[in-house]
Amino acid sequence: MQNSFDVKLAQRRCRAYRRRILEISQKVTALHVAPAFSCMEIVDVIYHAFMRRAENGWFDDAFIMSKGHGVMTQYVILEDLGVLPAEQLNSYCTPSGKLGAHPDLGNPGIEASTGSLGHGLSIAAGMAYADRLQGFDRKTFVVLGDGEMQEGSIWEAVMMAPNLKLDNLVAFLDFNDYQGLGRTTETHPHFLPMSEKLCSFGWEAVDVDGHDSAALVDAVQNRTGERPLFLTCRTVKGKGVSYMIDAPIWHYRSPNKQEYEQALAELEDVESVSA
Amino acid sequence: MRNRFASTFYELGAEDPRLVIVVADISPAGSIAKFREDFPNRFINTGVAEQVMIGLCAGMAQRGLRPFAYTIATFSVFRPYEMIRDDLCYQDLPVTVVGIGGGVTYSTLGGTHHAMEDVALMTSLPNMSVIAPCDPAETAAATRWLATQNQHPAYLRLGKAGEPDLTSNAVDPFVIGKLRRIREGKGTAFLAYGPVVKMALDLADLVGVQTGLPATVASAHTIKPLDADGIASILCSHDRVVVIEEHVSHGGLGSRVKEIAWDSRASCDLRCFSLRDEFIHFYGSHEELLAEHGLGVPQMSAALGLQRSHASHIDRA
Repeated sequence: MQNSFDVKLAQRRCRAYRRRILEISQKVTALHVAPAFSCMEIVDVIYHAFMRRAENGWFDDAFIMSKGHGVMTQYVILEDLGVLPAEQLNSYCTPSGKLGAHPDLGNPGIEASTGSLGHGLSIAAGMAYADRLQGFDRKTFVVLGDGEMQEGSIWEAVMMAPNLKLDNLVAFLDFNDYQGLGRTTETHPHFLPMSEKLCSFGWEAVDVDGHDSAALVDAVQNRTGERPLFLTCRTVKGKGVSYMIDAPIWHYRSPNKQEYEQALAELEDVESVSA
Repeated sequence: MRNRFASTFYELGAEDPRLVIVVADISPAGSIAKFREDFPNRFINTGVAEQVMIGLCAGMAQRGLRPFAYTIATFSVFRPYEMIRDDLCYQDLPVTVVGIGGGVTYSTLGGTHHAMEDVALMTSLPNMSVIAPCDPAETAAATRWLATQNQHPAYLRLGKAGEPDLTSNAVDPFVIGKLRRIREGKGTAFLAYGPVVKMALDLADLVGVQTGLPATVASAHTIKPLDADGIASILCSHDRVVVIEEHVSHGGLGSRVKEIAWDSRASCDLRCFSLRDEFIHFYGSHEELLAEHGLGVPQMSAALGLQRSHASHIDRA
C-alpha cells in the first residue's frame, strides 16, 4: 500500500473522472451518473492507493463493483490506468462496443458480472477464500450499494466472511442514502447503525466520509487486519454537481446540453477554487 | 447414489487440491465426513444459506478451484436460482451444483422438498449442463467427469441412497452427452433418466414377455446437452417409444423428445409419462408417491396395454 497518497492529485483525478462520465453521458440517453459520482472517491482510492499493478498492466489485487450500476466510475478509472481502451468507452452501450451499463466479466479489468444486486460480496468472499487456500498474496475489494444491503444474500455473505477468517477482504458501502423509491433510511428506518451490525457479525467495521480520500486511505491502513473490513462510507448521490444532489431522477438519466454545460462549469469551478 | 458420489469425490479430491465442496447444512455422511476431516480447508458449510453457497463457489472457480455445491435439490436449485444464473451461467464458471433427492425422492417431507421442475429450470439456462445418472455406477462416472473434464456450470441430479445397480450389463459405455443404451432391442424403446430407469427396465421385461421381442432401454443421463441424434435414431428405428421421467412434463425430457420427433419426422408412437402438473398432498413412500403421479409399473403397463400378471417375478430382482 502507498503511504504517500496525494490527496490533491486524487481530487484532480476525481474531477476529471466526473467530467469524462458527463462527456459519455452526452452520447447515450440513459446513464447512471449520480450513483457513479457517489462512489468516485472510494473507487479512486481503491485503484490508486491499494490495487497493486501486475506485470501485464492489470492488477494483482481484485476489485468487484457489486453495485453494478456504479460501473461507469470503474470504466473511467480503468481507462485512465490504460487497462480499458478509450475507443471502448467511446462506444459504451452501442452495438459496436463491448461495454454495457453493468460490468461484464471478460472485459478488461472486470472481475465479476454484476447488475443484479446482492451478488458481489459472496463472489468476493469466494475469491478471497480461494486466494488464501492457494497461498496467493491478493486482496479483494468490493463496493456495495446501500439499497443492495437489503438483499438477504448480502447478509448470508456477511455471516460467512468472518467464519472463513477473510482478512484479505475489504468491503466499502457507498452509503448515499438513496435507493429506487427514496431515501434508504426512510425505506428502512433501522438501516443505521450499520457498523455496529457488521461488528456484531464479526467484521472490523468503521464509519468514514466517503468523499474524503485521505480518510478512506487511513481507514484501510489503520485496520487491525485480523478480520474482514467493512467501511460504511457516507456519500452524497450526485456528488460534484449541485442539481444532481438529492434528486432521485439522476439515478438513471443523462443531462441535456444545458445541464451538461452547467455540470462541467461546476466541476471546473471547484478545480480553480482549490487549485 | 449419494454414497457413491461421496466416495468418488473423496477419491478425486484426495488427488486434486482444486476440488472443494460447499454444503448448506446438508452433507452426505461417510466419505464426505472423512473428506472434511482429512481436508478441512476444502469443506465449507455455509449453514442454512444457499445463495452464499453458490456465490462462494463462483468466486472460488474464478480463482482456479473446482467447487461442488451440495444440498437437497430444491434448495440447491430453487432458492439460489438467480445466483446460479448470474454467477455461474452468465460468467460460465466450472461449478457443479449437486441436488440430492431429485424428483419426489423425499416423499414424506412434502412439496417443499420435491424437486419436480428442476430439470426444466436448469436446462433452460445457457452454458448449463444437466446430468441425472440412473444408478451408483453412473453417479461415479458423472462425478468423475464433472471433477476432471467439465469446464462449465453443471447440475448433477441425484436420488438418495440404496438405488440398485442398473447398468453393469449395459450395451453402451457411459459417455457424457450420449444417450446410453442399457439394453438393445427392437419394436419398443424406453427413454428415461434417474432412478426411474428401473421402471423402464421392468416395463421392458413385460414387453419382452408379451411380444417376444426384447425392448430397447436407454439412460438419457445427459439431459443437456441432449443427444438429439441418438434420440432421433431411436425414434426412427422403433415402432413405439416411451419416455419416463420423474419431473413435470413442461421442459422435461418428454417435451424435448417430442421436439426431436417433429424435427426428425419420426413416425413411431410416442408416449410420455411424467409427474403430474400438481402438488400432491400425499405422504407415503417414494414409490407410493410416484404411483400417485401415475408413475408406477402397473399404471404404465396398463396404459401401454401390457399384461401386468407377468411382472410379479421381475420386481426387485
